[in-house]
Amino acid sequence: MAVQASPLKGSGNLQRRKAVGTIARGAFFLATMFGLVILAILLIDIISDGYTWVDRDFFTALPSRFPERAGIKVALMGTLWVMGLTALITFPVGVGASIYLQEFAPRNRITAIIETNIANLAGVPSIVYGLLGLGVFVEIMRMGRSVIAGSLTLSLLVLPIVIIASQEALKAVPDSIRQGGLALGATRLQVVRSHVLPSAMPGILTGTILALSRAIGETAPLIVVGAVAFLTFTPEGLDSQFSVMPIMIYNWTARPQEDFHSLAAGGIIVLLAVLLAMNMTAILLRNHFQNKQIQ
Amino acid sequence: MTATPTARRATDTETVRSLNGSETIMSVEDLKVYYGNFLAVTDTSMNVPEKRITSLIGPSGCGKSTVLKTFNRMNDLVAVARVEGRVNYYDKNIYDPDVDPVAVRARIGMVFQRPNPFPKSIYDNVAWGAKINGYKGNMDELVERSLIQAALWDEVKDKLKESGLSLSGGQQQRLCIARTIATQPDVILMDEPCSALDPISTLRIEDLMRELVEDYPIIIVTHNMQQAARVSDITAFMTLTEGRSGTLAEMGPTDEIFTSPRDPRTEDYITGKVG
Repeated sequence: MAVQASPLKGSGNLQRRKAVGTIARGAFFLATMFGLVILAILLIDIISDGYTWVDRDFFTALPSRFPERAGIKVALMGTLWVMGLTALITFPVGVGASIYLQEFAPRNRITAIIETNIANLAGVPSIVYGLLGLGVFVEIMRMGRSVIAGSLTLSLLVLPIVIIASQEALKAVPDSIRQGGLALGATRLQVVRSHVLPSAMPGILTGTILALSRAIGETAPLIVVGAVAFLTFTPEGLDSQFSVMPIMIYNWTARPQEDFHSLAAGGIIVLLAVLLAMNMTAILLRNHFQNKQIQ
Repeated sequence: MTATPTARRATDTETVRSLNGSETIMSVEDLKVYYGNFLAVTDTSMNVPEKRITSLIGPSGCGKSTVLKTFNRMNDLVAVARVEGRVNYYDKNIYDPDVDPVAVRARIGMVFQRPNPFPKSIYDNVAWGAKINGYKGNMDELVERSLIQAALWDEVKDKLKESGLSLSGGQQQRLCIARTIATQPDVILMDEPCSALDPISTLRIEDLMRELVEDYPIIIVTHNMQQAARVSDITAFMTLTEGRSGTLAEMGPTDEIFTSPRDPRTEDYITGKVG
């Protein structure tokens, strides 16, 4: 009654297939480690260089010719102002545009051309946006070298990224949800607001925060628009002059004194901390929306 | 547009009316549906009676779902779709320019092939459609009543705040039926509502349909001939023309269609020779 068991031997080249698998796995692991290790080395280097400079005075002191008196306050406040405004401008405009393109625009050539061009805009070098900002906001609209001109310029820079990421998030919402809503006699806007947008929100937030993370490190376009390194006051309004951290850091690294280079490392630590805080906020928001959905 | 109401079809319509003593709630006249240049449905006319289950059967690609989607203008969502002819709700052509498709869909509900509950709580799934349509009564009562009618209440009454997606496939489909009922439609369309479900869930939905038809006329598209035979009062058999367009071959009381079809194409399909 026993069925003859065939011997449990791999067919043909099993040993070779397994070896290839092991090698590939190792290669993928190395690829993962490549970035991580270099990043770790960089972080260790910067922290060991700069941590002694990051103290209370560093956050309260204004720029100075003497490294021991110089601080990040003006640049930090400038960055917070510019990034806050950029987020306020980018989020509604970017999400609005992506909702229009994905949920309302007719599927025709014009829409396709617009979408392609937005994708192209995402690849335009940031210096070009800086020149655009200088021409349009600073000169034509007479905003001067102000916080608002800088924020609008950075918004232009990151909007394509936000739009593309948001559109992808909206695309990922199954069409059956839209149909279900429409079949109940809902308008498109009602379906988008109640079902599509909440489902897409985690993806939209992730995309927005990634875009803002790019903006926070931008230097070139803001230099063009007129941000300066050496300012002795923090922004007080939209029309204030401003500095931002990357420019401050760049300025410090360009100085001959060794101490300024360590100071720059301190600045980088603060910049990274702000960046991490932003990403944390995004993750918390995303989790909040995900939990709300699954209940 | 060529109007070709054949003698046979006219007879069918009369038979349906006399045998069921039921008023027509929706009807289709000389329907043609194009997807781009492709004529997907042609030369189709039918009357759908009140308080009956009407099933649309036929081989794949014969345009059953396409016809169904003209009844609540879901075809409008397909950019390349174009409809000719009339689709009447009572006497009103729902494709008239003065008709808003949103208003049509509020009156003519639809249950889809795959359960598609909203990623929201069970309660909100049922309440949402009613809310956006301006329901002013007691929402808790409406949700309970709709879930009872959809034969789901006992299973979910203790977890109304949980996600609709946490339910099984069959329960999700009944949830979708409940949310459709909650908007108090005049007609319910069902597009192969059991094709993604197991046999037990399928039978539950079929029982439910028999109960619902007391209050709502139902039009159901099904691939499953046994299902059409089990649940429907009227059966419309659709087939393909030479040009691969879908068309209505024959329509009549379900037992007649299944026992003594007049169209040889119906007989071939039902006896399993084709399709």
